[in-house]
Amino acid sequence: MSDAAIFGSVAPAAQTLRADIRACEVQDLVLRLGGATVLDGLSFALEKSGCTMVLGANGAGKSLLLKLLHGLMQPTAGRIAWGGQGPGAVTARQALVFQKPVLLRRSVAANLDFVLKARGAGRGDVTARRDALLDHVGLAHKAGQPARLLSGGEAQRLALARALATDPEVLFLDEPTASLDPASVLAIERIVAGARERGVKIVFVTHDTGQARRLADDVLFLHRGRVAEHSPAATFFPTPKSAAARDYLNGKLVV
Amino acid sequence: MHSIGDSFALALQLVLSGDADLLAIVLLSLRVSLTATALACLIGLPVGALVAISRFRGRNGVLILMNALMGLPPVVVGLLLYLQFSRSGPLGFLGLLYTPTAMIVAQTVLIAPIVAALSRQVLEDLHTEYAEQFRSLCLTRLQTVRALLWDARYSLLTVGLAGFGRAVAEVGAVIIVGGNIDHLTRVMTTAIALETSKGDLALALALGIILLTIALGVNAAVQSVRMTAARYAYV
Repeated sequence: MSDAAIFGSVAPAAQTLRADIRACEVQDLVLRLGGATVLDGLSFALEKSGCTMVLGANGAGKSLLLKLLHGLMQPTAGRIAWGGQGPGAVTARQALVFQKPVLLRRSVAANLDFVLKARGAGRGDVTARRDALLDHVGLAHKAGQPARLLSGGEAQRLALARALATDPEVLFLDEPTASLDPASVLAIERIVAGARERGVKIVFVTHDTGQARRLADDVLFLHRGRVAEHSPAATFFPTPKSAAARDYLNGKLVV
Repeated sequence: MHSIGDSFALALQLVLSGDADLLAIVLLSLRVSLTATALACLIGLPVGALVAISRFRGRNGVLILMNALMGLPPVVVGLLLYLQFSRSGPLGFLGLLYTPTAMIVAQTVLIAPIVAALSRQVLEDLHTEYAEQFRSLCLTRLQTVRALLWDARYSLLTVGLAGFGRAVAEVGAVIIVGGNIDHLTRVMTTAIALETSKGDLALALALGIILLTIALGVNAAVQSVRMTAARYAYV
């Protein structure tokens, strides 16, 4: 199976005509919801390649940060720039895999066809790319089945295939493997790692430090709505600088 | 004057013998009400979908109006359309009064609000589930509406059925704009009303039996389709 069939005729890295929007700069990002300050002055910069793992305790604001970065929500204050552009302008060039996949009430194949058609693929292209994508995520044998009867792991792989169908330059994943069986986790991590190899920027929220160790190029550790630490994986795991990250990695409850 | 038992026996005989007059009435009823249901869906589904996914000033007022229109009294709809279609009315030149077309228009007016209001509810619930994913995919409004309509297809079948049920069972609107003319605009409900007042209970009962059978049959068919869909988790 050629990459072109799976990932469309133009790989993200080759889309040289458009500005590269894979690197991100965030300055003083604040989000208040219902009087509570959820994100309190985040500033960090993401490289245009590799996999950034976002770690932190429940309620640290990880999922909300993803939605802000993806342009699904507006921050209360602060600035997000993807290659100089606001998140609302680049949503279509990014994709987000939600923790609980929202699949359409159609067959597995039709779920992918829908996205490919919505993105303007021709009829012949749709079939070829859908088959390639299903093969890529190991769901070719389920093509005709109702999507909503898939197991949790299969549903998440279909959601991942759907995200890849949009040829994203940035791929967000919001705890995609929470409560999945190890085989499904492995399959999903392999697909994500494959996308990273092809130059897709990955921003991956997880609770699973083992998963973070396997995938991370750099780690963004959130604590109480702030960036406690942003370090390369090679230094974060052996020598975390912040006390919160140290406690988290040692398995202590961080509140 | 027959007893009810005699009337019932005669009615069954009429149904089973395939009486030509009876058949004509039943077929006209179905033609009028099915056409009206189709038109009401063409109007009501897009309206319901647009209201479901839109947020605008005065939306609550629109919702109240849509829900109130569900209870339109058929005779009032008939009367208002009568005023439009009568010779001296603004649409009198069309010559539609006392034609099946006028009856189709009347039933469409009657049930389009039902389809719009019920489908709005169904589609809004579905949209709540899909909205964030759809925004992530950057779908256009048209793509969103089409996806919602298709994914709610089995629920919308029930909505259409509610409209058809109302149309085929109402008598007030079609009797005013149709006139209950034999072999021209006589449908099941107007015939039942007339035959009952004439004392011909057999024909009235025969039509009643058929009307009930149609209602039961259509409901059973839709229910079985929905159960099949539920097995695929498509509902």
